[in-house]
Amino acid sequence: MSDTVLFAMEAALNGLTVGIMYSLVALGFVLIFKASGIFNFAQGVMALFAALTLVGFQNGQVPFAPLINAIFGTSVHDFGFNMPSLLAIPATVVVMVGMAWLIERLVLKHLVNQEPIILFMATIGLAFFLEGLGDIMWGAEVKRLDVGIPQGMSGAVDDFTYNWLGYGFYLDTLNLWALVIAGIMVTALVIFSQYTKQGRALRAVADDHQAALSVGISLRFIWVLTWSIAGIVALVAGIMWGSKSGVQFSLSLIALKALPVLILGGFTSIPGAIVGGLLIGVGEKLFDFFMQPVIGGATENWFAYMLALVFLLFRPQGLFGEKIIERV
Amino acid sequence: MLDTQQDGYLTADGRQIGPVVLELKNITLRFGGVEAIKDISFDIRTGEVRAIIGPNGAGKSSMMNVISGFYNPQEGDVIYKGYKRAKMAPYQVARTGIARTFQNIALFEGMSVLDNIMTGRMNLMKTGFLKQALWWGPAAREEDEHRAAVERIIDFLEIQHIRKTPVSRLPYGLKKRVELARALAAEPQILLLDEPMAGMNVEEKEDMSRFILDVNDEFGTTIVLIEHDMGVVMDLSDRVVVMDYGKKIGDGTPDEVRGNQAVIDAYLGVTHD
Repeated sequence: MSDTVLFAMEAALNGLTVGIMYSLVALGFVLIFKASGIFNFAQGVMALFAALTLVGFQNGQVPFAPLINAIFGTSVHDFGFNMPSLLAIPATVVVMVGMAWLIERLVLKHLVNQEPIILFMATIGLAFFLEGLGDIMWGAEVKRLDVGIPQGMSGAVDDFTYNWLGYGFYLDTLNLWALVIAGIMVTALVIFSQYTKQGRALRAVADDHQAALSVGISLRFIWVLTWSIAGIVALVAGIMWGSKSGVQFSLSLIALKALPVLILGGFTSIPGAIVGGLLIGVGEKLFDFFMQPVIGGATENWFAYMLALVFLLFRPQGLFGEKIIERV
Repeated sequence: MLDTQQDGYLTADGRQIGPVVLELKNITLRFGGVEAIKDISFDIRTGEVRAIIGPNGAGKSSMMNVISGFYNPQEGDVIYKGYKRAKMAPYQVARTGIARTFQNIALFEGMSVLDNIMTGRMNLMKTGFLKQALWWGPAAREEDEHRAAVERIIDFLEIQHIRKTPVSRLPYGLKKRVELARALAAEPQILLLDEPMAGMNVEEKEDMSRFILDVNDEFGTTIVLIEHDMGVVMDLSDRVVVMDYGKKIGDGTPDEVRGNQAVIDAYLGVTHD
């Protein structure tokens, strides 16, 4: 096999594994959009906040330490012990669920029956609030996140492809794990939404609020549930991205990368978020691979957005979204 | 709570109507400065078919929304099973055994007919969330029982042939029937039907009338319905409330209401001055 084909294959495989990382972020958007029609601008910041909280717990950091020190003149910094990941992750899940409950209580409850744009604005406010809160609670410096997911070149893939094709592919183990974790998460979500009472309620609310109320479903409960699940999805995304490039405030910008994924996959489709992420991942790697000699590097910065633009022109509902029909 | 609780009456076709199950007392509902319902009182008895009629904009649907908790009246009490009902959200009302359908059909368009009707049983499902997720012992058995109940309703309403069809693909008349099926699946004590026959042709209307009577007969469900077609209303209902401009202008058996001068005026359009 010629070298070009092999290199292209390697690039495509890398694209798949990077793409799934985009999918992880997009998934959170889809969940909330489906259930409540809200485009949650804060999804990226939620991932950041979740990762910050996780690291904080792991390092035994005292939340709001600088604030406490400034007010009381103390100099507390950490509790002096490290929480194992096995404990810190469930603790962070509890924090995210609590946050979902607070968001419903303090924000959504007061905006019932408002225009989608109002709710969208509220989530922008929420994004800034959470970013600030994360900063005050856990500090602004870049943190290393390690929950025990192996990183670096995957030896197994390298060996396998070397023996098979005579050329060892370079794939990051972390990205391969992201693939596995995303698979587990999507399976869990599908089982939840198809086979449980709450899942059925969730689908019902996503479909028609009024009808859901009439069969006895509490919208407020469903909203807390949705935001909790989105919070957990954000935690997973935060763990994966945080492990990859450190927990820092630019993490919240990965939400921007989720936008083209959503436009490709459709705002209302969970499989769409996965496939959209993979397509963008593969697309940008292959585009970079083939076009680099012609137009130079760094195409990854804009390729996804350009692809999204083309989609908006020809298929605005995305690959899997519900067709937009305006009845007059 | 005294005599009304005990007595009942016998209908012309020989059905025994029971005591009062739901009473509306001096209900007034305002939207800003507009009074949609003005000081209306009436009662609904167990097992009867109670109709609310009136011209467009009379406040019939608002009344329905008050009963089902979608609107909360500014004044007046809703007395359900002998107790004054506190201000409730619609989903809480649904959990007390009051199911409803909507004038403009509110179905889960993306789900199959079967799933829609299953959703109606939401409040009757008991097993916990983890057990359900894992399809564990009692959860599987419970699911089977609910499925069996839903299949009975599907047979009853003669919609076997569309069980697996997504609702969005159904014609209007069948959608209305599926909505009725979903409401029935909750095994309600009171069934509220907001214009169940609107937009139907004669044949569909006859079918729907038959289903409504059968539901009332077989399950003993109390039915409150809003309908425009006077012929249908007079045939179906045991007692009729007539509304006009948010006020109650008549209340009684179809024959009594038919002979009521105020009702005749409202329907023939006498000028209000």
